[in-house]
Amino acid sequence: MLMDTPDEMLATAAAQGDRAAFATLVGRHYDRIHGLAWRLTGSRTEAEDLAQDICAALPAKLRNWRGEARFTTWLYRVVVNAAHDLRRRQQTRHRASLGWGDWELARQDEIAVQAEAHDWLAEAMTRLSPELRDTVALVLGEEMTQAEAGVVLGVSEGTIAWRMSEVKKRLRAMAREDAK
Amino acid sequence: MTDDLDDLRMLLKAAPAPEADAKARAMALAMENFDRLQGSADAPRSSEDRTKAAPQNGVRRMFKFLTSRPALAISTSAAALLIGVAVILPVTDLRTGPTDTPVATAKPKVAEADPASPDTGDVAAVTERNTTPPGTMDAPPLPKANHETAEANLDRATGNDLASSVATAEPAPVEPMADVLPEAEPEAEASLLAEEALPAAPATNGGESELSDPAAIALAPMMEGDAELRLRMEAPAEAIGGTLGYVTAEPVVAPVPELVQPQLEDTEAYATEAPNPVKVTAEEPVSTFSIDVDTASWAVIRSTLNMAVLPTPDQVRIEEMVNYFPYAYKAPTEEEAFASTISVMPTPWNPGTRLVTIGIQGALPAVTERPPLNLVFLIDTSGSMEDPNKLPLLKQSLSLLLAELRPEDQVAIVAYAGSAGQVLPPTAAADRAAIMAALDNLASGGSTAGAEGLELAYQVAEGMKADGEVSRILLATDGDFNVGVSDPEGLEAYVAKKRETGTYLSVLGFGRGNLDDAIMQSLAQNGNGTAAYIDTLSEARKVLVDQLTGALFPIADDVKIQVEWNPATVAEYRLIGYETRSLRREDFNNDAVDAGEIGAGTQVTAIYEITAPGSDALLNDPLRYGAATAEGTEGELGFLRLRWKAPGEEQSTLVETPITGTEEATAETRFAAAIAGFGQLLQGSVYTGDWGWDQAIDLAVTNRGDDPYGYRIEAVNLMRLAQSLSAN
Repeated sequence: MLMDTPDEMLATAAAQGDRAAFATLVGRHYDRIHGLAWRLTGSRTEAEDLAQDICAALPAKLRNWRGEARFTTWLYRVVVNAAHDLRRRQQTRHRASLGWGDWELARQDEIAVQAEAHDWLAEAMTRLSPELRDTVALVLGEEMTQAEAGVVLGVSEGTIAWRMSEVKKRLRAMAREDAK
Repeated sequence: MTDDLDDLRMLLKAAPAPEADAKARAMALAMENFDRLQGSADAPRSSEDRTKAAPQNGVRRMFKFLTSRPALAISTSAAALLIGVAVILPVTDLRTGPTDTPVATAKPKVAEADPASPDTGDVAAVTERNTTPPGTMDAPPLPKANHETAEANLDRATGNDLASSVATAEPAPVEPMADVLPEAEPEAEASLLAEEALPAAPATNGGESELSDPAAIALAPMMEGDAELRLRMEAPAEAIGGTLGYVTAEPVVAPVPELVQPQLEDTEAYATEAPNPVKVTAEEPVSTFSIDVDTASWAVIRSTLNMAVLPTPDQVRIEEMVNYFPYAYKAPTEEEAFASTISVMPTPWNPGTRLVTIGIQGALPAVTERPPLNLVFLIDTSGSMEDPNKLPLLKQSLSLLLAELRPEDQVAIVAYAGSAGQVLPPTAAADRAAIMAALDNLASGGSTAGAEGLELAYQVAEGMKADGEVSRILLATDGDFNVGVSDPEGLEAYVAKKRETGTYLSVLGFGRGNLDDAIMQSLAQNGNGTAAYIDTLSEARKVLVDQLTGALFPIADDVKIQVEWNPATVAEYRLIGYETRSLRREDFNNDAVDAGEIGAGTQVTAIYEITAPGSDALLNDPLRYGAATAEGTEGELGFLRLRWKAPGEEQSTLVETPITGTEEATAETRFAAAIAGFGQLLQGSVYTGDWGWDQAIDLAVTNRGDDPYGYRIEAVNLMRLAQSLSAN
């Protein structure tokens, strides 16, 4: 029966202290959390850590669940915020060397051996700013509409549209460079 | 190219599957925290619903049983009801919780704290309250990590006004806690610990305290902000040891006025010195400094105020604020490079002193005769330049500048990020399309190899040079020089050396959050250029278009000002601003010592506050064995010496003018005084006395004069904004 209960009802029940509902909810969404965390950080280890942190904090966060949005939208927002916080914690003088940037450094050291496809992906993501990466992760990775992504990131739909066109420009510029 | 987008989509969709282990671990932790939270929620709020609590405990207990496993269906449908209950009475889980708390003992303790809300100084009562509840209530597990969490949250809270927004959204703020915090630090900490069962609570308390703590206001500009209106306080992940790894007060809590969201991070660095002290003329009659034509400080202050934050004193450089505005000073005659205008007037903020304003007006050579210009745009395209107010604004700004160039001028573009590269080879300004296309293609990404970019830019500039042409590098950055030679001193030395070759360097700062004002300043100073901060397109127009000639064509190099005060008429003096520009007395005559440049048509203003001997306003007692008074200069206040070099010359020229004290003030100099007063108010200067915002605003409004571009009225509005902000 629990398996068919909508997310929103489970979340509400969990917020009231229903253990089974909470367990179902976390089990159902862990992969999603992990997936978005990977898309946002570009690192498997970080995605795992981030997902764990989020799971650990979820009981407390659920207390603020008001049922005003779709549960997944709410959850995405939690993940994106957690990723931002992670970035901020990591921020040092070498501000760009995080996530995909770490990977970039590793490549320069010829330590990492990556598949060619992932190579391109990583390079593409490295060249995007954090905002653009978040946007890409949601719009392309999670296949959200621009409006949904806007709600999660707390910006207008127009901003998402602008960011996506920026991404296209970047990619075009990259392709041109590669062609050289 | 949708192909690329599709590729990206495909690759992103192919996220690696999570490891089963990791998933199990995370879920176990989630359940553990979930259990821990049950029954302990919101303990600190228990005083709020005292009267209604008892009858509803039964209801609550009933729901508690209902929501257990067998009756899930009912509980989920009753969920909406329960939310309502939880909001009004967020507390009572404590008493219905599994730990079987002795409700009776807990009640009076908390009730005792209740009337204490106005009673802020009563530390004893608070201490008792703090120490008792954890023991008597036998509260659910409060591991030590929670204490750390409380402290961490507290730390963050002081620097983060997001917390205050969270606080306002809470249904039941704990007033007394906040008030006690500043005076009784240890108690307050303990109380946080005591009150805390849900780790989100201390964030709220911290927020409260931040509201009531005046010291926190000073910290405001250091705080981190979030563009995305996220209202969270989080504990560091290190607290994981058994409790929540990561706690945030919910993102969807309450709307925050947009203004309270400064997009600041604390990686900004400012060039600053302590404000000049009052000097005793008899001890140190000579004041020497280099002129400063930078205006960056004004724009930084403006953008900070517009984020509803008062600038910190280190962001305030008064001379740059004053020099931001154009002044209608007397124009130089044809053979002069510049003219100086002196005026003396009573000090607005101190009736016992006078202000001596020295205004310098650079000559404006006929624009048609200007030599061809070689411009190298050195553009930071690092990832941090992504924001709309950085790279996109930069592109628009430079396109404004392009419109002002002549066909024979040349433009080259060097971009630097992960690596430096020439984006556009030297191109005649006539070929606008090619330049615009190159600008348009700039994309940000990667880290910042500033040093490498600078070297390349100088190389390109050398290549473009021909006789009689002016070469200048325009460095546009958000302040990061963090890869490669990140040793600012090395960079400065390099720029200073290159200055000898005749290529000057100006710096345009973009965006906030990472602005390395100190590096910008020193590069521009060493590169004989100006440092300007561009936050809006209209600022770009002011800097690049209105002042194109001045910013790009120097008419005098190494301009130094020396004023010798007459101890017979001036007992004390104080130079307002120019702290970062002061020179040693002997350096005035040393042509090897670098100083500021004046561009065509620009104005520079310096203001001294002087006190006559015997005045009540003197801050130092006179010496018993005073210096001999000067002869033959009766009544003169002092003597102004100006030294400058014509561009490219080795030998300096000296101009001397006595300051008689009879020079009349104009609206121009009074407006300059108003701005200097504004700067001092922002710095919290001790010299302004009772003189405050109202007087500063009055003075500025009355002396607004001719203000065709509206710069001055903008200043007045900023003063009003600062007044409101400082009233909080």
